[in-house]
Amino acid sequence: MPRVNMRQMRSKQSGTIAAITAAGELGRRIRDMGLVPGTRITVQGRAPLYDPVALRLMGFTLTLRNSEADYIDVEVDD
Amino acid sequence: MEAMIALAGNPNCGKTTLFNSLTGARQHVGNYPGVTVEKKEGIYRLNGHRFNIVDLPGTYSLTAYSLEEVVARDFLINEKPGVVINIVDASNLERNLYLTLQFIEMGMPVCIALNMIDMAYSRGIKIDHEALSRLLGVPVVPTMARSGQGKEDLIRAARQVLEKEGGRTELKISYGPDIDVGLDRMEAIIREADFMTDTYPSRWLALKYMESDEQIRCLGKQRDAQTAEKLEGIVQEVANHLQLTIDSFPEAIIADYRYGYIRSVLKQGVISYSGDRNRLFVSDKIDKVVVNRFAGPLIMLGVLLGLYHFTFTYSEVPVAWTEAMFGWLGGMVDTYMSDGLLKSMIISGVIDGVGGVLGFVPLIMFMFFGIAILEDSGYLARVAFMLDRVFRTFGLHGSSVMAFIVSGGIAGGCAVPGVMATRTLKSPRERLATLLTVPFMNCGAKLPVFALLVAAFFAEKEALMMFAITIVSWIGALLVAKLLRTTVIKGASTPFVMELPPYRLPTFKGLLIHTWERTWQYIKKAGTVILGISIILFALMTFPRLPTDQTAVFDAQREALRAAQPASIASEPDAAADGTDLSEAARAVHLQLLKIEAAEAEAALRHSIAGRVGTGLETLSRWAGLDWRTNIALVGGFAAKEVIVATLGTAYSLGAVDPEESRSLSETLARSPQWRPLTALSLIIFVMFYAPCFVSLVCIVREAGSWKWGLFSMVFNTILAFTLSVAVFQVGRLAGF
Repeated sequence: MPRVNMRQMRSKQSGTIAAITAAGELGRRIRDMGLVPGTRITVQGRAPLYDPVALRLMGFTLTLRNSEADYIDVEVDD
Repeated sequence: MEAMIALAGNPNCGKTTLFNSLTGARQHVGNYPGVTVEKKEGIYRLNGHRFNIVDLPGTYSLTAYSLEEVVARDFLINEKPGVVINIVDASNLERNLYLTLQFIEMGMPVCIALNMIDMAYSRGIKIDHEALSRLLGVPVVPTMARSGQGKEDLIRAARQVLEKEGGRTELKISYGPDIDVGLDRMEAIIREADFMTDTYPSRWLALKYMESDEQIRCLGKQRDAQTAEKLEGIVQEVANHLQLTIDSFPEAIIADYRYGYIRSVLKQGVISYSGDRNRLFVSDKIDKVVVNRFAGPLIMLGVLLGLYHFTFTYSEVPVAWTEAMFGWLGGMVDTYMSDGLLKSMIISGVIDGVGGVLGFVPLIMFMFFGIAILEDSGYLARVAFMLDRVFRTFGLHGSSVMAFIVSGGIAGGCAVPGVMATRTLKSPRERLATLLTVPFMNCGAKLPVFALLVAAFFAEKEALMMFAITIVSWIGALLVAKLLRTTVIKGASTPFVMELPPYRLPTFKGLLIHTWERTWQYIKKAGTVILGISIILFALMTFPRLPTDQTAVFDAQREALRAAQPASIASEPDAAADGTDLSEAARAVHLQLLKIEAAEAEAALRHSIAGRVGTGLETLSRWAGLDWRTNIALVGGFAAKEVIVATLGTAYSLGAVDPEESRSLSETLARSPQWRPLTALSLIIFVMFYAPCFVSLVCIVREAGSWKWGLFSMVFNTILAFTLSVAVFQVGRLAGF
């Protein structure tokens, strides 16, 4: 299972969160929404200008900016 | 029994719907002390018991980062509600329980409403609510807030919690060996020193210290610096150790373990899925089209235009009614009061001023209704998602777009509802930048000014000019936003991390309540302040009055005119006041009389404080090519931009100016020696950017939470407008225009 940065994930690609490297408010916001190591995510799509990105996790849809996705490492499935 | 119940939960969990269903129309909307977060309260009665229900702001967590979270937390700590009803979205249980755990850890008496259980079921999610209740040690009641099902069971369960005073099971989650040991040590110190234990539970305090919670640390330092230092020392120790061993920090580990705890609870037979958990539901299928790279922006444009059309077209009739009503009221006063200062104050000051504000009410209601539909259905979040990239470049947020559009982003809106529409923005800095820049949009009251000037000086390129004016206002607003965000409202952008809630059909009741409470706030706040200000502005434009020797000059002119005519013609204009059915000669006399009257009005205006200000400003405004007459119009335009054209009319001695006659005004301006296209351009720029009208200003003050920002937008915008129009005028002059 290769480990990549979330920004590099393709649309419809799935994976498991490996690490969140953000601290402070951003880190807190990311974790509060359930993005913690071990959570399964799927990239649902991107906004018309390729940013922000929409994720599917735990049965709901979450959006974050690419600059925020930079702090998230994911072990992708393929 | 009388008790306070707090409703808490994530955004989009159906909290507001449950609140509306419990309290109906018996609600009261206010603000939490000192902040602009809305506080909704209502009464629910059941079997002779009276429950005071408080709707806490929707949050995902209880950190000290966002205003909503601090407010919710402080409320729970300070007001100590008898029970917290935690509304949990059943189809999204895992994330919703994250907040629940924090309530339980706080030692709050919690009762869970497992909401939208029907939706979860249809998504193949089965929840054993009894198992959940047993594992968490709190009652869990399935509900369907939309239909109100389970409402009474919920209140009954809440009552049981209320009556079970003190018998609460305290939940102690393990956060792994390193943190647990640290927490135990801290708890011992806290207990021993009686460190803030009068307000907070000791375990929770230790946990908050471990999470580096700013608010608690600050309070701790003030209360007992020595103990606070000891606690921070322990946290530092643990943090250093974690950094060395697993390259992580306490805050992160706490969140991990909390989710770990939730997962372990859910795995113990609480939840079972049939089918793929992440399969595409109706909502996702809609999104495939609605946020599609190509179709998405087109649909969005259509929806925004639709909202705009809906608001400004359908509100026309009720706006006309309100105007007619105030017109009638003015007429009544005119007929039944004797002439004098009091009468003209009541008509021009009170009725016109307050009427001008209340005239917006239908417009605001329609706009809020439209926005409530977009908000409650979940579409607004998609708009923010699609446009965030553009707006972020200027330090704003995807959600800012709504406020800009409503304010006149597609020429012809109104900044008052626009400023109020910024409420849908949750990020404080972006919100402030948005509400300070939306008044630059071309609202419906600025349009007549532009139309007048364009018709007079750029008649051959009318459409192009109007389009250019719209573009310039957008560019100006976005650049100013960027400027503000890099200077006075500096700061990193608030994380965008946002949920795209599933599409839901809004409930009609919810929409009506939403619309009404916002409209009522507008009526109440703007309506009371504006009364005083209208009177002041009236006074500024009336006093000091013309000295009697000057009025005598005008009277003498009138007398001379009448005396020069045969008696029958001279008395004719008085007999038929509306100026119809006059003979040729009498009409000429009537016209002469109007001219004298207008000249007198001009002299009076020039003599008044507002007029003196306008005249006094001429030395400055000449740099932008504007004379004292325009200055008076602009000063008057501060009351309401509609006044600009009317005052220009008066000041240019054109007698009564009504909209139908604006052509003639534009012709006069075009022929006037003081005016040329460059002057018009300079004035257009000035009107576009200068101080927002008074009603907008009141709203800005209200929404920004301080007079400071109102004052700022008044001064800053005017200086900006002046600088720009001087630049335009001077550069244009040098270029030979």
